[in-house]
Amino acid sequence: MLKGHQSWIFTNRPMITSTGVTGGPFEANGNLAEDFDLLYEDLWMGKETYEKAHRLLLEEAIKTALNKRNMEKEQIQFLFAGDLINQITPTSFAARTMQIPYFGLFGACSTSMEGLALASFVVNYQGANYVLTGASSHNAAVEKQFRYPTEYGGQKPPTAQWTITGAGVALVQPNEPGQVFPVTTAATIGKVIDMGLTDPFNMGGAMAPAAADTIIAHFRDLQLDPSYYDLIVTGDLGRVGHDTAFELINKSGLELERGQFQDCGLLMYKDDQPVQSGGSGAGCSATVLYGHLLNQLKMGTYKRILVVATGALLSPLSFQQNESIPCIAHAVAIEMNEDKG
Amino acid sequence: MATSKQKNMTPQQRNYQQLQQKHEIKRPVLKNCIKAFFVGGIICVIGQAISYFYIYYFDFTEQSVGNPTVATMVFLSMLLTGFGVYDRLGQFAGAGSAVPVTGFGNAVISAAIEHRTEGFVLGVGGNMFKLAGSVILFGVFSAFVVALIKTLLVIWGVL
Repeated sequence: MLKGHQSWIFTNRPMITSTGVTGGPFEANGNLAEDFDLLYEDLWMGKETYEKAHRLLLEEAIKTALNKRNMEKEQIQFLFAGDLINQITPTSFAARTMQIPYFGLFGACSTSMEGLALASFVVNYQGANYVLTGASSHNAAVEKQFRYPTEYGGQKPPTAQWTITGAGVALVQPNEPGQVFPVTTAATIGKVIDMGLTDPFNMGGAMAPAAADTIIAHFRDLQLDPSYYDLIVTGDLGRVGHDTAFELINKSGLELERGQFQDCGLLMYKDDQPVQSGGSGAGCSATVLYGHLLNQLKMGTYKRILVVATGALLSPLSFQQNESIPCIAHAVAIEMNEDKG
Repeated sequence: MATSKQKNMTPQQRNYQQLQQKHEIKRPVLKNCIKAFFVGGIICVIGQAISYFYIYYFDFTEQSVGNPTVATMVFLSMLLTGFGVYDRLGQFAGAGSAVPVTGFGNAVISAAIEHRTEGFVLGVGGNMFKLAGSVILFGVFSAFVVALIKTLLVIWGVL
């Protein structure tokens, strides 16, 4: 149901009944290693190219999500997924393997919440019995496309971020009363915001206004106060973008507390890992949400969370042609399905 | 940032960029310079030692020792790049490891490794100079221009 200008309320409360989360060696040494279902020791993952390894991450995440519920891929109606590689080939090739009817999405690192919002919408209106949604990224494959060669000895500034290796997938299905699973309750779709920043080594700074805009729109549309959520978590703003977004939101008149505002890119790694400003990539918010955050919801650490995935919609070509970096953010609200009483 | 870009920005964009700059973590320029000075210096000392080695043990003069020394340094840089050490050194040393010839070797070799999966012709051949190519092009062109100026000055009897 449309609420306000750009938000949906999912009155039938679609459930996330299963997740699959895969990661690479760098994530295995990070803060959230225990929340991954499968971690690879090596970036190649036994494949000949990084792009094939990227595809494997998503395939294994989908298989894991299905296995947890003893389901076959033929039972799934739709797959909503995407990644950062040109023409989203890793995701499309994984969809070829899985033979699930497929919507390929590109929202850069906001793809995870773009997919979850659409999946929830489709399930909410009986458009499907089971929908899979997810996003993935592979450090070496993505950096190869967007940045310098991985072995190149260029010095990254402290505002740079580290593309995570990982895939996160969720199985969304209609609500069944009495079942205790996380449910999606609302979503806000963001618009593209461009504040004229041009430095691809400072994505957080470019994406912060998009995150703030979507968060402000969410509370305006739903007529809620930030205290409604125990946790508002951004996708991959990193240190620079996170601080900036916090200031922007509080300047708008919303009262957000420091402790309830976190960032997936900052949660992922330990302080001593050389990731500069934090993690990033399409897989960042997907792995942190479908792994760590949903586990925390089930454990009762949080009751209601708002996940705001942010994406920088640039390409290596647009950067070389001196274009600024347009950014977007999508938000999805998630809570535990509890008895109405 | 270029002033032409600033002119094209809306007031909203300008305000935001000022706000963002407060949060931006600055490069530690002085610390980076000191690190670059010492690492770059050490690389040059190693190069000098190799030069003396060739002059002392082989039949090279101070004029002819350049080529074998550069070849040895680039070979060492190749090994360090292949073993995944040079990019870590680069993150620490910055310009200190980028400016010497070893940095140039690293730029070529890292691109060659990166694109090995696209095959020898389209991958390695087509991409290994994607970072170093412009250095070679503009390096050779500048040398040509300087030589041209010198030649003209000699012909005109200025030099």
